[in-house]
Amino acid sequence: MSARLEAMGVAELGRALQDRQVSSVEVTQHLLARIASHEHLGAFLSTDADAALVQAREADARRARGDAGALTGVPIAHKDIFVTRDLPTTAGSKMLAGYRSPFDATIVTRLADAGVVSLGKLNCDEFAMGSSNENSAYQIVKNPWDASRVPGGSSGGSAAAVAARLLPASTGTDTGGSIRQPASFCGITGIKPTYGVCSRYGMIAFASSLDQAGPMARSAEDCALLLSAMSGFDERDATSAQRPPQDFHAQMLQARPGATATQPLKGLRIGLPKEFFPDALAQDVNGAVRAALAEFEKLGATLVDVSLPRTELSIPVYYIIAPAEASSNLSRFDGVRYGHRAKDFFDPASKLSALEQMYSRTRAEGFGAEVKRRIMIGTYVLSHGYYDAYYLQAQKLRRMIADDFQACFQACDVIAGPVAPTVAWKLGDKGDDPVKAYLADIFTLPGSLAGLPGMSIPAGFGEGGMPVGLQLLGNYFQEGQLLHAAHAFQQATDWHQRAPSGT
Amino acid sequence: MALTSDDVSRIAHLARLELKPDEQAAMLQQLNGFFSIVERMSAVDTRGVEPLYTPLSAVQQVNLRLRDDMVTEANQRELNQRSAPAVEDGLFLVPQVIE
Repeated sequence: MSARLEAMGVAELGRALQDRQVSSVEVTQHLLARIASHEHLGAFLSTDADAALVQAREADARRARGDAGALTGVPIAHKDIFVTRDLPTTAGSKMLAGYRSPFDATIVTRLADAGVVSLGKLNCDEFAMGSSNENSAYQIVKNPWDASRVPGGSSGGSAAAVAARLLPASTGTDTGGSIRQPASFCGITGIKPTYGVCSRYGMIAFASSLDQAGPMARSAEDCALLLSAMSGFDERDATSAQRPPQDFHAQMLQARPGATATQPLKGLRIGLPKEFFPDALAQDVNGAVRAALAEFEKLGATLVDVSLPRTELSIPVYYIIAPAEASSNLSRFDGVRYGHRAKDFFDPASKLSALEQMYSRTRAEGFGAEVKRRIMIGTYVLSHGYYDAYYLQAQKLRRMIADDFQACFQACDVIAGPVAPTVAWKLGDKGDDPVKAYLADIFTLPGSLAGLPGMSIPAGFGEGGMPVGLQLLGNYFQEGQLLHAAHAFQQATDWHQRAPSGT
Repeated sequence: MALTSDDVSRIAHLARLELKPDEQAAMLQQLNGFFSIVERMSAVDTRGVEPLYTPLSAVQQVNLRLRDDMVTEANQRELNQRSAPAVEDGLFLVPQVIE
């Protein structure tokens, strides 16, 4: 049994636990040992084996009492952007080295209530700013498919750990693509729900009008199970969507009207924005995505041409709005209430007061280069005389981008395209030119700006044997439809079951 | 319209970020690189378009939720201060502000 344990996804593991083929303590011990033997991947920032085993024993006791759900006893780990009372929370930043939160994030609490066992905290780009995980202040994460390549970001640790079979699932966050792009680069499945579906309470804020939590796992089915447990209205989040609890697993299984056994997606209209297939799109990515779309056609879906004319503009729009919100959110890191404080900061010759010198030196020492760049951009675009030209103009364009999507959804039910223009690049390849990395976010930013739900599902392999992800975007609160389409695809294909060799 | 070194100093001060001279030079170059891709955004006619500050307001009315003005948190001062750089007698310590 134990050799197969790491191969099991969430749903399969839940069934094995239910049938008493394995205990949560056994699977927890097995995965803790795998985590320890895969430290070279750099996926984890902290683990607590003793605490995990306490939770596993409690989960087994719940099962014995007949008080278990689909997730009880399933081990996962959280992106280190969610605050936790019992484990350190760093957000991948030196600023929060050693920080211990007084409370748990809502999604951490909800998953714990569902009986999930937390094995630790996963590496990410500093304050979730990045698309390669190279902005972590602690260690780089390696892509399990090729250790010389990036895992994507910012939820790079979350994606790498699931791909390397260290965990059946993890949590991530997506502001401009940070669940979808690393899921694509590591060959796993991830979903960013509609803005407001998952509580942001206890999720360290980067850009509050964009940040959303979501699950990362091997399959759409596993994501559906986790999302049901994580999501729901939370009075502690001012932008939490007020709606009843959702059973995304049941929605995923709900047959479409007119569906047949061989054509479960009959009648589904998949829109292909022409701007998502530019000449610059890498051949290998285009090939895998087109082949996946042909598979969707076999399953009964029809492909229709649509247009998102402001796709390219979404890059400057996003990189104005997100840094603006970040510069405001990150002003809380001042060396007073929590986090780093500079040791030596006072220069009697300076025009600045001792307090101002403390702030400036603390923030200079605590933040990394990318975070500083975004704080600078955000501060500038919000400053007197520039607000209308940059920030306000970007928010108006954001409305136009959201309206473009609504026009598309007149002609189609879901939108599909690549997640990223290329497969995972080599470590260090985009290091010295931040704009080069920003441009690679082109296909994930439009959906983020509009607040729409989006998925990445494994769709094949490209250059160097690296995974290619297919992006599916739905209209507001249409997670069930996305998961249904993704599940149908995964019932007919096995890309999502492929594991990197040597793991 | 490119930023100057003075602009970078001014923004860094507003952001309370101390930049070393070499950081300052790199920052100037990178910010100007970034704003070169922003310029095409400025050319779009957005007259009469409402800004979209929160995404769901693209399709529905979003009202700010208010709660009763009541104490909802328990006192957990020690827990809240356990990660503070400097505390004394339950207070956060900062460098002297008033002479």
